[in-house]
Amino acid sequence: MDARQKEQYLREYSALKAKGKPFFPYAVGKDGLMACVVLIVIILMSLILGAELGPKADPTTTSYVPRPEWYFFFLFELLRVIKPPELVFVATLGIPNIAIGLLVLLPFYDRGPERRPERRPIAMTCMVLTIVAMTYLTLLGSLAGSPTEIDMEVAPQYEYGKEVAANSGCLGCHKFGENGNDGPGPNLTKIGARLPKQAIERTLNNPTAPMPSFKDMPQAQKTALVDFLGQLR
Amino acid sequence: MPPKLSNPLKKNVSDLPKPPMPPLPPSLRPNPKPGPKEEVTVGEAAAAGGTSVVAWIDERTSGSGFLRGFLFRKVPKGTNWWYTLGSATMFAFIAQAFTGVFLAMYYTPSPTEAYESMRHVNNDVFLGEFVHGMHKWGATVMTVLVFVHMARTFVFGAYKYPRELNWIVGVLLLMMTMMMGFTGYLLPFDQRSFWATVVGVNLNGTGPIIGPYLADFLRAGSDFTATTLSRFYAIHMMLVPGLIGALIGAHLYLVAKLGTSAPPWKKADLPTSDEKRV
Repeated sequence: MDARQKEQYLREYSALKAKGKPFFPYAVGKDGLMACVVLIVIILMSLILGAELGPKADPTTTSYVPRPEWYFFFLFELLRVIKPPELVFVATLGIPNIAIGLLVLLPFYDRGPERRPERRPIAMTCMVLTIVAMTYLTLLGSLAGSPTEIDMEVAPQYEYGKEVAANSGCLGCHKFGENGNDGPGPNLTKIGARLPKQAIERTLNNPTAPMPSFKDMPQAQKTALVDFLGQLR
Repeated sequence: MPPKLSNPLKKNVSDLPKPPMPPLPPSLRPNPKPGPKEEVTVGEAAAAGGTSVVAWIDERTSGSGFLRGFLFRKVPKGTNWWYTLGSATMFAFIAQAFTGVFLAMYYTPSPTEAYESMRHVNNDVFLGEFVHGMHKWGATVMTVLVFVHMARTFVFGAYKYPRELNWIVGVLLLMMTMMMGFTGYLLPFDQRSFWATVVGVNLNGTGPIIGPYLADFLRAGSDFTATTLSRFYAIHMMLVPGLIGALIGAHLYLVAKLGTSAPPWKKADLPTSDEKRV
């Protein structure tokens, strides 16, 4: 905007403002009504959805699959979309930092006088693309399924092993029946048919990268885990 | 019957001769004739008292001019319900502060007791889970409102001249809100929140140059320890809310100073400067 356009904007704005209504009570009334709506929504969400706690934090579980609060899903899913390890920093910090930078600097690179959305096609396209991308990533994150549950019917003696598998982060990379992520690791639904127990234990101790080693897992847990995996066929 | 002897001590006071008035200054002399009492109702008295209190405060702050300017400033023609999103976000923040104070009354920021204290809130405290739920879902509501408010500002082109600075303050507020979500998520200290935070902090650590320092600062060292939780607690309930409060103040000041933007479709019927200059 050059000086003339600025001056014209200010003149036009002051004319519109002069024709307007006072903030109190007109805008205040609307704001107050909106505040009531916000409060009712919060109360209803609290009553319906509650605030249940999960199991207590246990820093000794080796690799619990973490899930952030849903409004961070879009950031978290970037990690799953961008897979090569040498590009991870692009997902974790590159893209978010660039996005924040672009947001902060917006008034400095978009200085045209036009304010009507239908006459700002580039800005509107960028916004729609951003919203679509964020929505898509958020949905992807929410559909990834609960990372600490395996909904498989197993004999009672394998229940503990199933719990260990569910809480050890296997689901981050492996699929068990309906649960878990399909990749990067192989599907484990029928792993017992392909590998004997000894081979499963060897893999847990000496896995192929990028799978982390479970060498330090307490022996009782590891035995239960191997027994559970070995009977999956 | 013996004649009644009058007790000299029981003499009526009014029968006694009046002592002469001492030479009092005029202001202390009793008013000889109190005029008819003016009937003052309780309401009138309260109103008068209220007025004098307001006048007393105003004399010392000159606040009425500011308040009048703020409340009775004109809002341009055509502002609609989309313009309530900013104040709705602020209201959500106030609700968060309110419920947060009540949670802080019961919360213990230590790794051994944090989880139990939240269990206590949920199970034993009167309306505990309700307030906990309001705080938890209020965070979601506030985050959504921040984003929708930002989208509205973007679509209406309200970040353009002369409101550029207010847009920047708004982006800072967005970052602070996300920071609240991140630090608050750890506090219940269940598996979910613990591991999500470990990963979140590690992600910060992968950043260029300041990344590792930032991660060390958040963890209070190279490992996740007891100090980490109290650090997150302090950031969540003192540092960031204070910054948000201050930034909201700046945001509102600029809104009042520059005026609420008009919807971009509204045009004042002014001759455009181009036509005028021809």
